[in-house]
Amino acid sequence: MFTLALYLFAFGWLGLTYLKDRQKARAAVTKCCRSFFNIFPDFAAVLLLVGLMLTFLAPETIARLIGKSSGAAGMFLTSVLGAITLIPGFVAFPLAASLLKMGAGIAQIAVFISTLMTVGVVTAPLEAKYFGWREVLWRNGLNYLFAFFTALVIVKVVGA
Amino acid sequence: MTKTALAAVKRYRAALALLLIDAVLALVFPHFSPALIRNTWSNFAEMLSVLPPVFLILGLLDVWVPRQTVMRCLGPGSGILGALLCIFLGAAAAGPLYGAFPVAETMHRKGASYFNVMVFLGAWSTLKIPMAIFETSALGARFSLTRWVTNVFVIFVVATVINRVLPPAEKCVRTTDGNDGE
Repeated sequence: MFTLALYLFAFGWLGLTYLKDRQKARAAVTKCCRSFFNIFPDFAAVLLLVGLMLTFLAPETIARLIGKSSGAAGMFLTSVLGAITLIPGFVAFPLAASLLKMGAGIAQIAVFISTLMTVGVVTAPLEAKYFGWREVLWRNGLNYLFAFFTALVIVKVVGA
Repeated sequence: MTKTALAAVKRYRAALALLLIDAVLALVFPHFSPALIRNTWSNFAEMLSVLPPVFLILGLLDVWVPRQTVMRCLGPGSGILGALLCIFLGAAAAGPLYGAFPVAETMHRKGASYFNVMVFLGAWSTLKIPMAIFETSALGARFSLTRWVTNVFVIFVVATVINRVLPPAEKCVRTTDGNDGE
């Protein structure tokens, strides 16, 4: 649905551009293809890595690992799992909700959600292509630490 | 001919190495192989369906939006309004964080400040509205609202720190459309 809208928008715009200014349309398509094919090898690698990870560290495996984990050790475990895995939100949130029902604590789940969103170990090589390794280390490192801060705030507001 | 083939192999060396690992793992753990193929395939199918229109839109933005406009709205002098606009742009997005990288590249090349690009990345990763709606239904409004508000603060802190600690030469988003590869 969303993808269809994206296609309609992109090609509609391209069509209008072509009608107004062929040169511009050509330039846009050239730019699009060049940047796409230049980054594609890196995307392919990341997608393969994500496929591997989803297989051997599937949501069910994560659920088993997190289970009733609690305390600081549980937070550490969930933070690491969140940082290295890459799970789409529509899988992650129901997973988090069921983990809560299984007995995991709010703090552990909050850390998991935060690191899942902000820290990307598997996507780090791709990020480095665009931003360089220093940025990757700082952005991921800071966000990893701040995940614990966010979790503490959530615990204060929502309650453990 | 062989030279281009060699160059292609070199460009895809990471992907090829991973394919090899996939093959070895599929042989060692045969019961995992259907899931491995399914997961890898669905990943590719999903991204390959979303990426082309995204890159096309970026190409169109490139030819239509003048640099001065981006500069004025998101450039170094854009102040808090520029940062808020980046929060809004990131929150309105959809898709995984790696979809934000090419967008950030175009923004930066068009004149958005590095700080604002970092704010945009932060907003894309944590403030996406479609995601927040989903989060609310799964974990409750208190949880998602608290996380959302806390993250706005975290985004500014992280962007400020990165903007301070990185040497000026590192504060750029690399272009991927040719000659400045590594």
